[in-house]
Amino acid sequence: MKNIISNINKAFDHRVRLGIMSVLMVNEFADFKTLKELLGATDGNIASHTKALEKKKYIKVEKSFIDRKPNTRYLATETGRKAFQAHLDALEKLLSTDVNINKKET
Amino acid sequence: MENEKYLRDISEIKQMMDRSSRFISLSGLAGVFAGCYALIGAVIARNILSEHDLDYNSSLNPEITTELFLVAIAVLVLALGTAIYLTTQKAKRNDQKIWDSTTKRLVINFFAPLFSGGIFCLVLLQYGLAGLIAPSMLIFYGLALIHGSKYTFGDLKSLGYSNLILGLIATQFPGYGIYFWAVGFGVFHIIYGVWMYNKYDRKSA
Repeated sequence: MKNIISNINKAFDHRVRLGIMSVLMVNEFADFKTLKELLGATDGNIASHTKALEKKKYIKVEKSFIDRKPNTRYLATETGRKAFQAHLDALEKLLSTDVNINKKET
Repeated sequence: MENEKYLRDISEIKQMMDRSSRFISLSGLAGVFAGCYALIGAVIARNILSEHDLDYNSSLNPEITTELFLVAIAVLVLALGTAIYLTTQKAKRNDQKIWDSTTKRLVINFFAPLFSGGIFCLVLLQYGLAGLIAPSMLIFYGLALIHGSKYTFGDLKSLGYSNLILGLIATQFPGYGIYFWAVGFGVFHIIYGVWMYNKYDRKSA
């Protein structure tokens, strides 16, 4: 049990960071505006949470210009994918052991 | 308490993954309408053919070809128009954007095989192979659905496979193309549309 809890990643312990990683797991990339719209968060919110994930090297940032407007793209790194998968597995295991315990009790 | 949060996390993850990669505003009702248009179109086509005392396999004269072509285009335009209208309505109701990256991906992946199929059917017509047009339409439509299903409801895949298999069977019955066509584009659409409507639209409405 202790082992499972240690796999719960604190970096994903926030709705916005969890959302950003979920989106980047199934998409090749996502730009700032898409993330903002999907998560219903403010500019500052997205900026600070992407920065936190970037610091952990879970996501990569690519800046470019599209029609002369600056465009920021976010991509999940290999490290990020592995960490998120481990987090998901831990969540699932935690919940399934909990279900089993409840079943035994009844 | 903790577990509730984890459960919420998991459902949040799933929702985000779906919302960001799949176009989920596709209306089931549009399928029913498309099926009805197709059935009406098939009846009209059947009448045109019997008026001229021809079956589907005969070589067609240009006049009949044009008439049949117009019927097919009318069905296509009506079906697409209704689908776009109902899907836009559904997206509005669910407060989702109609034109975002998921829509773009769905449209590109769905229309690439479909468009090639359309051209291929024109080529068949060019060489007078009218009997193979209905099966080819079913086959290419099936492939387009299978390909597009990755970017919207996965259920679309079963409709795709049904049409693909039906199209392949139809190649062996060249004179009966129009009946296979009516089953694939008419009956299958209606069944699928009702099933999708019950599964996704009714509870959210």
